[in-house]
Amino acid sequence: MAGSHISVRKTDNMIRIDFIDRNILDEQNIHQIGEEILKVVESEFRPKVVIVFKNVEHMSSAAFGTLMKVNERVKARDGQLRLCQITPRIHEAFVMTRLNRIFSISDTYETAMASFT
Amino acid sequence: MTNSAKAFRCEHTLRDLRAGLELVHPEAEAALAAHGFDEGAKFAIRLAIEEAVVNAFRHGNRNDPSKLVHYSAYIDDGRASFEVQDEGPGFDPMTIPDPTEDENLEIPSGRGVMLIKAYMTEVEYVPPGNLLRMTFRKPA
Repeated sequence: MAGSHISVRKTDNMIRIDFIDRNILDEQNIHQIGEEILKVVESEFRPKVVIVFKNVEHMSSAAFGTLMKVNERVKARDGQLRLCQITPRIHEAFVMTRLNRIFSISDTYETAMASFT
Repeated sequence: MTNSAKAFRCEHTLRDLRAGLELVHPEAEAALAAHGFDEGAKFAIRLAIEEAVVNAFRHGNRNDPSKLVHYSAYIDDGRASFEVQDEGPGFDPMTIPDPTEDENLEIPSGRGVMLIKAYMTEVEYVPPGNLLRMTFRKPA
């Protein structure tokens, strides 16, 4: 199996996920990322998940699709998902696709954490 | 306008999605840099190339390994133009649901064409829809 494309830190039901790659484009990698995130999410009830985009410079529509599946699965487990530290260019893509209405996006990890209810 | 570098032109026949993208992305990025496209333009064009080539293999050729994707690029100081043609039957882009409509927002797929149209200055699907022409023009 190829190496992981994310790093995961868990404290109880709080889950922080950082992308390792700068580009989230390759469909095979995106599929693997989705599977890894879902596995972590499904190990918790009411997971509070923050996905940190600090290192990400490019992402494709397939990556948006995977994030939406993660969001659905988190909601299905009565959890909450936050995205943070998204570069202005990628944030613009969220706005263009209106996915900023689906996802809760914070500037920093700390504000993302503070926004959990 | 005087050209700072000779216009870049290329044509490739792509047999494999990932190998194809690994060929065309660095080539386009080098030409865009040589012709003074800024980081925002390079981001937009990279995304459009990615979505166009992925769509050609996945949706156009339906992952049929016997089918090819034909890619060409022209880049000068004012514009970057690309053609991506698959060997599928084509499609009518008007039939794709608008992913930004409220009722479609939560559908996980269908954003590639929308992103291409949003980021490029001119986008044309030539009937029967298996040839995409797209151009990014630098702002005047």
